[in-house]
Amino acid sequence: MEMRAIYAEEMAKLMEADRHVCILDADLAKASGTRKLYERFPNQMFDCGIAEQNMASVAAGLASYGFKPYIESFTPFATRRCCDQIAISIAYAGMNVKIVGTDPGVTAQLNGGTHMSMEDIGVLRSIPRMVIFEPVDGVQLRAALPVINAYDGPVYIRLFRKEMPDVFEEGYKFDLFKADTMREGTDLTVFVSGFLTPDVVAAADRLKAEGLSVEVVNVHTIKPIDRETVIAAAHKTGRVLTVENHNILGGLHAAVLEALANDPVPTFAMGVNDRFGEVGKTPYLRKVMGFTEEDIYNRMKELAAK
Amino acid sequence: MNNDLKAICKDIRLDTIRCIGHLGVGHIGGCLSIVELLGVLYFDAMHIDPKNPKMAGRDRLVVSKGHAGPAVYAALANRGYFDKAELLTLNQGGTNLPSHCDMNRTPGIDMTAGSLGQGFSCAAGIALGSKLENDGATIYAILGDGESQEGQIWEAAMFAAAKKLDNLIAFTDYNKLQIDDTVANVCDIAPLADKWRAFGWHVIEVENGNDAEAIKAAIAEAKLNRGSGRPTQVILHTVKGCGVSFIEEAGVANHNMNLSPEQTEAALREVEGAC
Repeated sequence: MEMRAIYAEEMAKLMEADRHVCILDADLAKASGTRKLYERFPNQMFDCGIAEQNMASVAAGLASYGFKPYIESFTPFATRRCCDQIAISIAYAGMNVKIVGTDPGVTAQLNGGTHMSMEDIGVLRSIPRMVIFEPVDGVQLRAALPVINAYDGPVYIRLFRKEMPDVFEEGYKFDLFKADTMREGTDLTVFVSGFLTPDVVAAADRLKAEGLSVEVVNVHTIKPIDRETVIAAAHKTGRVLTVENHNILGGLHAAVLEALANDPVPTFAMGVNDRFGEVGKTPYLRKVMGFTEEDIYNRMKELAAK
Repeated sequence: MNNDLKAICKDIRLDTIRCIGHLGVGHIGGCLSIVELLGVLYFDAMHIDPKNPKMAGRDRLVVSKGHAGPAVYAALANRGYFDKAELLTLNQGGTNLPSHCDMNRTPGIDMTAGSLGQGFSCAAGIALGSKLENDGATIYAILGDGESQEGQIWEAAMFAAAKKLDNLIAFTDYNKLQIDDTVANVCDIAPLADKWRAFGWHVIEVENGNDAEAIKAAIAEAKLNRGSGRPTQVILHTVKGCGVSFIEEAGVANHNMNLSPEQTEAALREVEGAC
């Protein structure tokens, strides 16, 4: 099942339970998977047209009236395009608005560089009050949405919208502010978020069979980062790798480094190396950016073996 | 009521001058141009309760030209939201009265504004919320003429008309001046009424936007428009710095100007002396 279909299913449950939960679109409801909800929830779904700045501030106005609006668009338009509206109408005013950006990083694929947001986490991370969440799979997303909905404040959901293999098991307990240790290890700690997580877990399992022990921590919430888990996991192995579908400047790598700054551990980065995206399928783009499945395995092996 | 409103507006004007004069600098021009509008809204038009600033179903005002904070605070203090003495804390560290309106600091402020264009979209969101709650509230917004150069104003204009927000009444403080020069010289917004009509709004023009009675009449007409499915835009032709001759004469320079203690005294005397 596609992540956007899971997202739409869970949003339907939340809207069913609370008429104040609503979704605002900027002509990308189809892409977000929520178009079909318009018929079912005519008083909770609003298409604002291609005007993201207005959409973000309208959502703030609705929030001031007691509603719980979610604004949706492709990642760059849900963040970069309306950054000042997120900063002032939403975050500065303390409005309870959720921001859903789909197709993060290279997963924008054939829409190319203009639609490929490599900076959204960095941009939003420096805005006070923002919480930044990036789900891995459908299990985590289903567990997270009710928790995020109950959280009173702005949250950015960085949503990969296509199908993802499940890496979390049924019964998974989600804590918005607690990172998930997915594999215990002693030779290397890998912090990873989003759609690259299954590849990191798979690589850790391969390396285990080869006698290398890798700790894998899914940092689903990049802000506020779970400092306690990050610091403990980093010091446990003494060597860190961060893996992300985002510019390594300003994203997960930066957030981990900041957490470790007072008591540093050698920390290496895999991600977008401060460059723009380009058009192509995800496998091609991962190759160009240097984080294919094999790249991740090789780098983890190299660092774990040192 | 006529005399009452005049007296009220006089008090708001005096307190606005005291508020900015005490600090010595501020957005005096665009504050004084909307004194009559604020007087009519807070003392005549709006269904509000100063003792219960968050009252459900109340009418709401979004001052999208958020830099008019001092005039709004003067109006709120006169209406009884907080003590007038607090007006002298404007922009002091820790104050509840920042230069630009902040809903989390000041009782009676319904929406934070200051980054131009955003407040108007927020007002549209509030109007949509009120429609969904079916609480009968009227949502007011005050826009600057310079602010109307922001693209977001027109995004919101399109949105409000498309969503049939006829519970939304917006005012444009059309004083024709902005920071760098006249609005016409910087990047003209004329023909303003035609633009709003083209965006599907019911438009009312008030030739003397500093006449409280004329504003009252415009609001009454705007309220009759409810049910039409069209939001209302009231274009107020105002004078920036209205009521104090040397501030009016400063023209473009009065957007954010220094006021010495002597100038403040002179301004207060002039307003006091006016009938």
